[in-house]
Amino acid sequence: MWNVAFAELRKLRRPTLFFGTMGAVVFFSALFSSLLFILIDSPQGNSDRGRVVGREVLGLATGGVQGFTSVGGFLGIIALCVFAAQTAQEYTYGTLRNLLVRQPGRLRILLGKFVAMKLFALVMIVLSAIVSIGASVILAPGAEVSTDLWFGADGRHAIFTTFVNVTISVIGFGTVGMVLGLLLRSPISAISLGVLWLLIVENLLVAVKNSWQSWLPGSQLSAIASGGSASGPVSGAIEYSHALLIGGIYVAVGATIASFLFVRRDVAN
Amino acid sequence: MLLGLITPTGGTGEILGESIKHPERYLPRVGAMIEGPAFYPALSGKENLNVLATLGGFSTDRVQGLLEQVGLGERGKSKFKTYSLGMKQRLGIAAALLPNPKLLMLDEPTNGLDPEGIQEVRALLRSLANDGTSVFVSSHLLSELELISDYLVMLRKGEVVFTGKMTDLMLSQQPVIIAKGASENDLIKLLAIAEQAGHHATIRDGAVHVQGPAEWALDFNRAAFNAGITLSQLTPQLPNLEETFFEMTGDK
Repeated sequence: MWNVAFAELRKLRRPTLFFGTMGAVVFFSALFSSLLFILIDSPQGNSDRGRVVGREVLGLATGGVQGFTSVGGFLGIIALCVFAAQTAQEYTYGTLRNLLVRQPGRLRILLGKFVAMKLFALVMIVLSAIVSIGASVILAPGAEVSTDLWFGADGRHAIFTTFVNVTISVIGFGTVGMVLGLLLRSPISAISLGVLWLLIVENLLVAVKNSWQSWLPGSQLSAIASGGSASGPVSGAIEYSHALLIGGIYVAVGATIASFLFVRRDVAN
Repeated sequence: MLLGLITPTGGTGEILGESIKHPERYLPRVGAMIEGPAFYPALSGKENLNVLATLGGFSTDRVQGLLEQVGLGERGKSKFKTYSLGMKQRLGIAAALLPNPKLLMLDEPTNGLDPEGIQEVRALLRSLANDGTSVFVSSHLLSELELISDYLVMLRKGEVVFTGKMTDLMLSQQPVIIAKGASENDLIKLLAIAEQAGHHATIRDGAVHVQGPAEWALDFNRAAFNAGITLSQLTPQLPNLEETFFEMTGDK
């Protein structure tokens, strides 16, 4: 399995993919965090979907990770795209044959790829945390937001908790991407379907019936990243444990079906 | 199926003494290039081989040597997507050689190569075979197979037509005498002469092809002369593999 993981890391470290992805992570992490402070007095809101996050909230122990929490869902979308592309490209390039000849254990291939992509996602999350918290620290004084509580015991706990939640969420999104890649065997189809579902279809469904939000996969994974309270004008709160359970079931069922098909399916081209 | 990509539905088979139901037992000693070379376009040729070496648990130290062995030593750092068809084919062969295989399976290995490249691949396969590697080549280019093969399995519509040594196959074939006259009318007369002498003959590609021993060419020449025909060509020869294939399958 480790040989597969190391081989996969060689592919993931290619400059266009690695620096392109990390560049996007840095840009959006800085943007999401900056807007919190730059638009702090804006009547249109300063967070995602027009939410208002005031000085008193940003001054709390959890204030330093507000930007990081906001960008968590976006990191999930990036992870979905990377996981889906890296998995499905083996079919479109025909390289899956090479992989299976050199490593006939198909589950080992899946696990190795998954481990490598998790490491890639972890680098994304660490980078995002550093940039978003760093941007918050730099911009807070100018927005008259106190940072006294951000790095105390409660603040450090908030950073750790948010990091864990964002990591679980991003890995969940990534696993969904990998499942789509295995099922559809085309990067474009897998990414299109995944992003379309998460950004458009789920929002439309929730707009039609608000209670569906508690049962849709993307909403659960986003709720995990934000610690259990999904945001948005039409949303109600989703409990963290509920999101973890339902999101976990979606990911586990999808991963099981895709793994079964991958192991059993003939590779004829 | 031999590489574990397709599950057998019936029958048995062995590779390097192991059942094909357990490809993991023999694949570490097998190199393969099937359905053409497939690599990651955005990675260099060298990095593509590094990926496969890492995956198979082989040392990446061998990679540069393999690139040089297939004539890509200077272009190893170029991206795969910039390679010509011949270069891709060479990289595919290098990848197949990564495990230092006991069995090498190649599908159309000379596809896309220039004449010099074809010669090099022939020499490479011969030297590997001489060093004890079994080289299994599948190809539709019968003339190519005739030049490089020691053993042959001939298939037609999924059924085995012949299996055995190439020399046995060629020696079992009737020699052919190819004769040409001055005109179309001469060909018909030559055909009749051969058939009257009890030989099977056909007119193909503007010549009469007569099955019979090379020694009969003398009698054939004399009979043609007596019939007033001046031969412009009289060539006794063994049929090549392509002619043998058609002869055995009755396709032409």
